[in-house]
Amino acid sequence: MSEQIEAGTVIPGRTIHVDRATLIRYAGASGDFNTIHWDEQFAKSVGLPDVIAHGMWTMGAAIQPVVDWLGDAGRVTSYSVRFSAPVPVPYDGGADIEVGATVKSVEGDAATVDITATSGEQKVLVRARATVALKSA
Amino acid sequence: MAVNPEVAGRSYPPSAPYVVSRAKIAEFAKAVGATDEVHFDPEVARQRGYADVIAPPTMAVMISQQGDANVMTDPEAGIDYSRLVHGEQGFEHHRPLVAGDEVQATTTIEKVRQAGGHSMVTMGTEITTVDGELVTSATSVVVIRGDENA
Repeated sequence: MSEQIEAGTVIPGRTIHVDRATLIRYAGASGDFNTIHWDEQFAKSVGLPDVIAHGMWTMGAAIQPVVDWLGDAGRVTSYSVRFSAPVPVPYDGGADIEVGATVKSVEGDAATVDITATSGEQKVLVRARATVALKSA
Repeated sequence: MAVNPEVAGRSYPPSAPYVVSRAKIAEFAKAVGATDEVHFDPEVARQRGYADVIAPPTMAVMISQQGDANVMTDPEAGIDYSRLVHGEQGFEHHRPLVAGDEVQATTTIEKVRQAGGHSMVTMGTEITTVDGELVTSATSVVVIRGDENA
């Protein structure tokens, strides 16, 4: 973060891969064992295309490029998203999520960052926004 | 069945105290692909001014949902959990969650509205230490899908 940070500054994004093992790990870590995240037969029986990723996994993964850019996870002071589409995670090959982030505004030592997350051509998070502290408290 | 709009404004008692551990922080961080050493190495955390390792920004959901569970199980709210979809989630961190924190979640139903046959429930949850310090304010919106056959 040596360069000038201003509205429009692009934060390096990345492609995040998710497969069934990712979801099992998140289920165990978070305690969210909802069946739609690990049982394909059940997920399809309730009308889903396949097992779907936990929205909270997607939200948690999508902030990581911002955390790495900041250099300290503790500087994310707020973070909110709307889950606009589920992320189906097929047995074969899993899924990829493209995450991007851009500084929307800077006010003193705080910045507002807009985050995008898409899987296939589908936006999976919308109105995803974080406020971050640009310096240590 | 639509969610009962009359439960808007209702507050629930705090969830049972939950102790945030280094082990759970490391496990959760790994599960969301976090690599910041501040989640894993207490020495790194101390050098950055934290008392111990800190939780990733979204780990607060583990605690806020303990408060939200009161809403899900309130018979007067009438939420059909099997038709629930997570619509929105937000966190405002007054400070990071730190290993060793003993916290609890207190949830209030802020809004219930019906749209397109679905019910949307907005919950505001405060995560506080057992000593009363506010750590995180969480907001979540859940959508209870209407019964297409109704």
